[in-house]
Amino acid sequence: MAESAWTIDGLFFLTVLAMTAATYSMRAGGYWIMGRVPLTPRVRRGLESLPGAIIVSTILPIALKGGLPAALCLAVAAAGMAVLRKDIIAVFFGVAAAAAARAAGL
Amino acid sequence: MGGRAPITAEGMWLGARLTVPLVPGIITFAAVFGTVCAQKGLTIAETMLINSFVFAGASQFVAMELYRDPVTPTVLIAMTGIAAAVNLRMLLLGASLRPWLGQSPAWQVYPGLYFLTDMNWLLALRYHAEGGRDWGVYFGSGILLWLLWTVSVVPGYYLGQLFAEPQKWGLDLVMPALFITMLVPIWKGRRQTLSWLVAAVVAVASWQLIGGYWFVLTGAIAGAVAGAFIDDPEPKEPARG
Repeated sequence: MAESAWTIDGLFFLTVLAMTAATYSMRAGGYWIMGRVPLTPRVRRGLESLPGAIIVSTILPIALKGGLPAALCLAVAAAGMAVLRKDIIAVFFGVAAAAAARAAGL
Repeated sequence: MGGRAPITAEGMWLGARLTVPLVPGIITFAAVFGTVCAQKGLTIAETMLINSFVFAGASQFVAMELYRDPVTPTVLIAMTGIAAAVNLRMLLLGASLRPWLGQSPAWQVYPGLYFLTDMNWLLALRYHAEGGRDWGVYFGSGILLWLLWTVSVVPGYYLGQLFAEPQKWGLDLVMPALFITMLVPIWKGRRQTLSWLVAAVVAVASWQLIGGYWFVLTGAIAGAVAGAFIDDPEPKEPARG
């Protein structure tokens, strides 16, 4: 398969289009569905609870799976945010703590 | 509250500035993807195509695990299916934007949703939680992320070894760290505590029992349902319309 840098396989192109369409339908689908559900106070409360629930569900398994460095990173970042209220600094300290923990072989 | 969400240049600029702490992580993540594509035998054109079109990091990596040369219809279905599965959580990100964007015209919202990622969703939602209403913040962040993502894959494709160890620098943890900083300002009291507790228990349980990426979905839905049914102590509801 002597192919130059700029060739694109036909089926690969179709694969990318299908992946893009599938991903877009996820991006737009949730918003679209909620347009068909009446926004009662209860539904609104559920939607308002969604971001926090997404965040907790996403990071908790990462913290448990990533061992001590990941848990340390998240603890430092959360504490930094609670004290300093600056996300950039909190993230920096969290990531630095993880890098240090890994460098120390933890 | 309510009404059409404004989109201003100032908002877009703010969104771009809020994205700055994520820049090293994004560049590295995209570059590593370029390296993976080079190793799997994609051309640079194919690499840029899949990277810029799909624009969804984790799902691109997982899909490339299923890539085979030559591509067959089976590979097409497998890669598309896994992209849909990994990105299912985006349904929830989009759903959570309804209270903010519900009054905006569809021609503004639906093209804009192409740029939806965890990162600009997170930054925009935090801005919204602090009282902001300008949807330009979402666009400014999303477009900057797309540009960085699109450009950074190229050096990764050609200079793979430079980006071999993002873990060493903790760059794989930038996103989780940013996620957790978001929890601090959105915590308001009992309803959040209970809802997050439910999300945590369900997420960990499904991570242990089912595996894969389902824990984001199951945990988030469980937490949202719990939040919907936990009534606040004071009886007032925010006015709608």
